Amino acid sequence: MLGAEIHSQRLARRRSRVIRERLIELALFFAALVSVFTTVGIVYILVKESVAFFQHVPLIDFLTDRQWTPLFDDAHFGIMVLLSGTLTSSAVALAIAIPLGTVIAIYLSEFAPFKLREMAKPLLELLGGVPTIIYGYFALLFVTPLLQRIYPDLPGFNLLSAGIVMGIMIIPYVSSISEDAMRAVPMHLREGSYAMGATRFQTAIKVVVPAAFSGIASAYILGISRAVGETMILAVAAGQQPNLTFNPLEPAATITAYIVQVALGDLPHGSLGYQTIFAAGLTLMLFTLACNIAGHVLRKTFREAY
Amino acid sequence: MKPIKDVIRRRKRWDAIFAVCGLLALMVGVLTFVALFLDMALDGVGRLSWDFFTSFPSRRPGQAGILSAWVGSTLVMLTTAFFAVPLGVAAGVYLEEYAAKNWVTDVIEINITNLAGVPSIVYGLLALGLFVYQFGFGQSILSAGLTLALLILPVVIVATREAIRSIPQAVREGSYALGATQWQTVRYHILPYSSAGILTGVIIGMARAIGETAPVITIGALTFIAFLPPAPVQAEPPFVSFEWLLSPFSVMPIQMFNWTSRPEAAFHANAAAAGFVLVLMTLAMNGLAIWLRYRLRRNIKW
Amino acid sequence: MSEVLTTKAEARKLSFYYGDFRALKGISMSVHERKVTALIGPSGCGKSTFLRCFNRMHDLYPGNRYEGEILLHPDNANLLARGVDPIEVRMRIGMVFQKPNPFPKTVFENVAYGLRVRGESSRRRIEEKVEQSLQDAALWDEVKDRLHQPAYNLSGGQQQRLCIARALATDPELLLFDEPTSALDPIATASIEELMHDLKERVTILIVTHNMQQAARVSDFTAYMYLGDLIEFGVTDELFIKPKMKQTEDYITGRFG
Repeated sequence: MLGAEIHSQRLARRRSRVIRERLIELALFFAALVSVFTTVGIVYILVKESVAFFQHVPLIDFLTDRQWTPLFDDAHFGIMVLLSGTLTSSAVALAIAIPLGTVIAIYLSEFAPFKLREMAKPLLELLGGVPTIIYGYFALLFVTPLLQRIYPDLPGFNLLSAGIVMGIMIIPYVSSISEDAMRAVPMHLREGSYAMGATRFQTAIKVVVPAAFSGIASAYILGISRAVGETMILAVAAGQQPNLTFNPLEPAATITAYIVQVALGDLPHGSLGYQTIFAAGLTLMLFTLACNIAGHVLRKTFREAY
Repeated sequence: MKPIKDVIRRRKRWDAIFAVCGLLALMVGVLTFVALFLDMALDGVGRLSWDFFTSFPSRRPGQAGILSAWVGSTLVMLTTAFFAVPLGVAAGVYLEEYAAKNWVTDVIEINITNLAGVPSIVYGLLALGLFVYQFGFGQSILSAGLTLALLILPVVIVATREAIRSIPQAVREGSYALGATQWQTVRYHILPYSSAGILTGVIIGMARAIGETAPVITIGALTFIAFLPPAPVQAEPPFVSFEWLLSPFSVMPIQMFNWTSRPEAAFHANAAAAGFVLVLMTLAMNGLAIWLRYRLRRNIKW
Repeated sequence: MSEVLTTKAEARKLSFYYGDFRALKGISMSVHERKVTALIGPSGCGKSTFLRCFNRMHDLYPGNRYEGEILLHPDNANLLARGVDPIEVRMRIGMVFQKPNPFPKTVFENVAYGLRVRGESSRRRIEEKVEQSLQDAALWDEVKDRLHQPAYNLSGGQQQRLCIARALATDPELLLFDEPTSALDPIATASIEELMHDLKERVTILIVTHNMQQAARVSDFTAYMYLGDLIEFGVTDELFIKPKMKQTEDYITGRFG
């Protein structure tokens, strides 16, 4: 009987149960695939409409024209104009979010007493959870008048107020990811530093921050991505006038604000104006994708092995 | 060679200086939050009244209300939850309990991480092209619900996965050793034990969805709407109607945006009032989620 | 032993691989019906690995491979054969784990779980079975007033007896114990050993233990394993007093461990 594979009926697989389990697994698998479908959908729709757009507007014009006037008879489609608004406002925002976010992260991770940290974390989460339209209102009707007291020539719509408020909104993103990265640095690295007589500040700056570098870098990249993709704060407070400028004291439209402006109007499906927003969206998407990939590569390359 | 004591004292001063800087930085965030909240409250509280909640928007600021906006928000939230919760939880369960480590799983996980970083307005573009026109759902509550569901899907999936991951392997083995199938283990153990964590994630996702403006504007929600979608429950058969899914609508953040964009200061007061309500709702939801998470950490004794 | 022994389960040239690592090297061994068989040996000898082959627990994790056969009697069926459903195997063979792992449910629901999984829906039958199993596990008196309270409120020893009751509720033919008392204090350990003595009248028991004295106390047969090989198998009394292999003797007398 050696090697005989007689198996009794009692141990055999029951078909109905196997089929049922397989069907359930399949259903769950398709649910997981939805994320893939979403990405495919985004790529498809952006590319499809952009291709239609670029049949009317040469790519070279799109990239080099210095005017953005899509609705005029003599229409110009220079994406640079919108990009300038996006980049300027993002620069202002990041000038606030990155330093403050990093300082807060270091403080909470290395200095703050336990109780303070437990209170600060939810508070920062709440700060990040406020709807952006509210930040937009705040920027237009509180921050701008406030700034106008200091600099009376400041126009009612300007990139500075929007940038500042956006920066404060992004602080929680930068600080929480950086802080997580720093907390993940094992105690024995810190102990090595303290054992040599270093102060808390020196340990934090010279040991912990470099050790958490990849996490902190990815926090910054997330911040950049968030700033570039922000819509409402800019649509409300920076005005919707396309303006090729790198001066934050002027009003300007960003890529995102432009899309909103068009969507608020009445554009027939399939018209050039309709396709324009997809071309703008594609530009935005490529930029944030580049950020995501950069973040991913950074994490992979510098993943510290403790 | 400077006396070592002086060197140490000087270095320690940096500790104190930095601690102050850290606190100041925190204060910036806290003060902004307080200023924002107070600004909204002071400007808007005067407008809050029963009439405000039960009136439609109007050309006269004094008579305008948020009825269509909050009803629209509620209906959109229902639709969003209806799609996001089953899809997100199912995807999370699949990735944690069923998925093998192969390239298909990698692709799915990369996609989820990527989608979490896509600007919300791009979701609006996706919805405009696909849901509104290609699928023909029109500029409706259904389109908005689907869009926001896709937007918060990564949040729900991540929350589900983390909740499931905290369940110890011993419990799974105990279940399998008794002859349970994979689905039975998921249904009787994995899902019940992770439900609190999943709920926390769902609440956070919904809190985000309720404040989203850009994608909803993009698909064509109206900024001025003086009627309500048809009621889901009717007096005559078949008693339940789904017409509201395809009806035009508005939501709270859009109403606020509309009022903020008007030059008249009186409308700004309305915007502040609407904003105040919106902030309260978001704070309440986020606060609930944070409290739930705190309770969870205390109660679960693995 | 002059009585007639029937074989309940039989391993035939059983090998097991964790990926490329060969953890079990062609083990052939009989597990006799309604007797307690103990597996002893130093850490890493493969006794838990061997035990977990019987209820196909290794199937839960990728990269594992069985070779050889495990025959279950009276069917004379190979548990490791291709067409065999591990779920069916686990419905006939129960397991009690090293660390008590009650579910975060009530006492009642813990014991009833195995029945529900088989589709038992009659409230009355479930209640009868739960009481019967708790009695068999010598836990009924202690929990009969607490059936609907969380199982986590029980002491370690009680939790383990609950896990035994849970496994018994499904009338297993073979019960696998994986170091069941290593996480328990001496009093709880004694109560579990006494329980095993009563249980073996009804169900065949295969127990892994790193405690030689326990093996000597509770088992009828003992198998000594070392680095994936079965070194010696025999009647417990004989193996401990006069082991046939020198390796066994070295282990038993504590020359290494």
